[in-house]
Amino acid sequence: MLAIFFKRILLAIPVLFAVATITFFLIKIAPGGPFDADRAVSPQVLKNLNEAYNLNASNWQQYVDYMSGLLRGDLGPSFRFPGRSVSEMIATGLPVTFELAFYAILIALVMGVFSGVLAALKRNTFLDFIPMSIAMIGICVPTFLMGPLLVLIFGINLEVLPVSGWGQLPGDKILPSLTLGFAYAAYIARLSRGGMLEVLNQDFIRTARAKGLTERMVVVKHAMQGGLIPVVSFLGPAIAGLLAGSFVVETIFQIPGLGRFYVEAAFNRDYTMILGTTIFFSAMIVFFNLMSDLASLWLNPRSRDAS
Amino acid sequence: MLKKLSITLIFFILIAGCSGSDNSPVDSGLEKGIFHFGNGSEPQGIDPHVVTGVPEHHILISLCEGLTIANPDGGPNLPGVAESWTISNDGKEYIFYLNKNAKWSNGEVMTADDFVWSWMRILTASLGSQYPDMLYYLEGAEEYHTGKITDFNEVGIKAIDDHTLKVNLKSPTPFFLGLLSHYSTWPVHKETVLKHGSIDDRTGEWTRPGNFVCNGPFQLKTWELNNKIVVEKNPHYWDAETVKLNEMHFYPVSNVMTEDRMFRAGQLHLTSTLPSQKCPIYIEENNPDLRIDPYMGQYFYRLNINNPYLKDVKVRKALAYSINRKLLVERVTRCGQIPAYSFTPPGSNGYYPDTELPFNPELAKQLMAEAGYSESNPFPKLEILFNTNEDHRKIALAIQQMWQENLGIQVELVNQDWKVYLSREMVGDFQVSRAGWIGDYEDPNTFLDLMRPNRGNNKTGWEDLEYDFVMQKANSTNNQEERYELLMEAERILIKNMPIIPLYTYVRAYQLSPDVKGYKPHILDHHHPKFIYLERD
Repeated sequence: MLAIFFKRILLAIPVLFAVATITFFLIKIAPGGPFDADRAVSPQVLKNLNEAYNLNASNWQQYVDYMSGLLRGDLGPSFRFPGRSVSEMIATGLPVTFELAFYAILIALVMGVFSGVLAALKRNTFLDFIPMSIAMIGICVPTFLMGPLLVLIFGINLEVLPVSGWGQLPGDKILPSLTLGFAYAAYIARLSRGGMLEVLNQDFIRTARAKGLTERMVVVKHAMQGGLIPVVSFLGPAIAGLLAGSFVVETIFQIPGLGRFYVEAAFNRDYTMILGTTIFFSAMIVFFNLMSDLASLWLNPRSRDAS
Repeated sequence: MLKKLSITLIFFILIAGCSGSDNSPVDSGLEKGIFHFGNGSEPQGIDPHVVTGVPEHHILISLCEGLTIANPDGGPNLPGVAESWTISNDGKEYIFYLNKNAKWSNGEVMTADDFVWSWMRILTASLGSQYPDMLYYLEGAEEYHTGKITDFNEVGIKAIDDHTLKVNLKSPTPFFLGLLSHYSTWPVHKETVLKHGSIDDRTGEWTRPGNFVCNGPFQLKTWELNNKIVVEKNPHYWDAETVKLNEMHFYPVSNVMTEDRMFRAGQLHLTSTLPSQKCPIYIEENNPDLRIDPYMGQYFYRLNINNPYLKDVKVRKALAYSINRKLLVERVTRCGQIPAYSFTPPGSNGYYPDTELPFNPELAKQLMAEAGYSESNPFPKLEILFNTNEDHRKIALAIQQMWQENLGIQVELVNQDWKVYLSREMVGDFQVSRAGWIGDYEDPNTFLDLMRPNRGNNKTGWEDLEYDFVMQKANSTNNQEERYELLMEAERILIKNMPIIPLYTYVRAYQLSPDVKGYKPHILDHHHPKFIYLERD
């Protein structure tokens, strides 16, 4: 398993290098520049601004300068926010995005696994249909609808929770975490149901039951370990997706996370910020995919023994 | 079963427990003197010489102050750091007498030299300020900024003594005092700026909490990126007695729907704007929190004069005359906007242009015929360029319909991402392009100057020497009546040539808690926070 880990880490380096290179030249192709504004600046001012941010150099020179900075861990200054470095902005937004993703994945796991396992055990009863119908709704309703709906109910009509913010007012983390968690809970519920159904029909479960184990022991100790492998495989991309895709929830709930910086950077042509966040998110995706692959390997007794 | 029930119970207790007290931020703000301010988007920064934009202005007006401040009741500016001033008979020399109690937020006394250094900073080319032209009215300022002269002593600003400042202008500029309430002319604290960088350092950390020193009614307390900026009352402010608020909290809420919900849930006293679809509903409901104030901004279409089909003034006039502006504001924008028949919004500092822009489809058709277009020789397909936005689309759809119906022209709508739209406008890659302009100061010059030749924001390719001559003449006279007459003349030339099609005058629509007092309508949206206070309605 350790060998797999190091091999994958080594493979990640060229992946990230390619991501950085492609992104660098893609944003150069995109029309419009960081200093284009409604109130056009004079050519003299534009020249000074370009000079201040090394944009007067050739694209290759800029690329070499950027990559050498990157190797030193310097992601450069933000073009949109004078006086702020990209690393500083990532460091500001990241803990918030991580915290939001953590609560969301926790909610998704608890709700998803519970209802998925229950549905599998009570197959073709209303305890199967109801949670699975809800899960289907969860998959179909996008977060940009779910968020405002929850806000309308709990924030504006019932007045029990704040409608926005993060760590400012008591309880303001509940609605965004639920909104983001719901969508993933639905996927996890369906995956756990499918996985559990497959495992529950297998011989070793029958053996466990024949040995006289209680149903709880059969489910928790034997069935779930194998039945939840699809969920674990899903978790890696899901966490990466949560981190990179929390933009909508961050915007709806006014959360100062990284997702907003990421998307707004693209609109603002904040070149260094686009590059910095893209490279960072790519690294996160690579890392969490690797983690989930390793966890799946470990959970599967056959591959665990083999390694 | 019992277990399940208890889990459900715990969940609801958790929710109920988290709901906090009945006191919303707006209510507790009233007790503590904290103004919760919806501020649109995250400010680029708070260096008044580097940043541009409305959210930046809202924060800066609480942190720094210029020689004069905007009058909350409209009319001439009020004393700021300058307690009084004299203007020479020819209108070219201003002597400002600074308030001896004016201090920086660190307690240091402000001097005339602070202004000299600050204005030198914004005119330093390598700083890359986007507003140096605000000071181009000073003798030698443009020359210094463009490198034609290198000695700042040749620029028309001198400190006569610690508290007296002399400013010499190239020509009488009646709106000069008004310009001084624009943040680009405000002072910065020399020692603080230099402690964290050089005079032309855009990225210095002097604007961070703990470092920032300025001279406004508030001082910077905390700044959480994309979350909140908190400013607190500055005890060293020369007019601290008038300041009633203890703190202002600025929230960068870029999503208008979120901002609306925050206001409804009592998390904001003031919103930066309104979701456009909600405005007509709130008007119908007589929402007591809705405010629709006059705003010095114009929504218009630019026509590319270099396009072979739009070169003909008859075509441009036909396009303008076939638009029903009244219908546009009553049926499409529906938020109190005013149909525009001139480029400058009427009423800007007593200026009422007399141009006419009739809705006359018959005349429009006739003009098209005169331009050589008929059923057998139809006008080619026209393209309206706009930045991706639902409101711009609705307006473009209405115009498309009007041009199709009244002139039989096929119109294609092209929406582009903001930066693509800007770059296409800049290089003249458009036929008709939507545009908006907000006045920087309360004078028609802030609009009419835009259309002079060689102005970067003209963007239409229209260059008219007569227009330029009249504008030049208007800005060299010291007689306001004569000046306005000349500006109206320029306005007539502009509307006669129609490089732009004015559509409507903006309004500023927003929501304001009834507990907020002293927040009066202002045509430039300048609200000096020292006049704002909170009191239970």
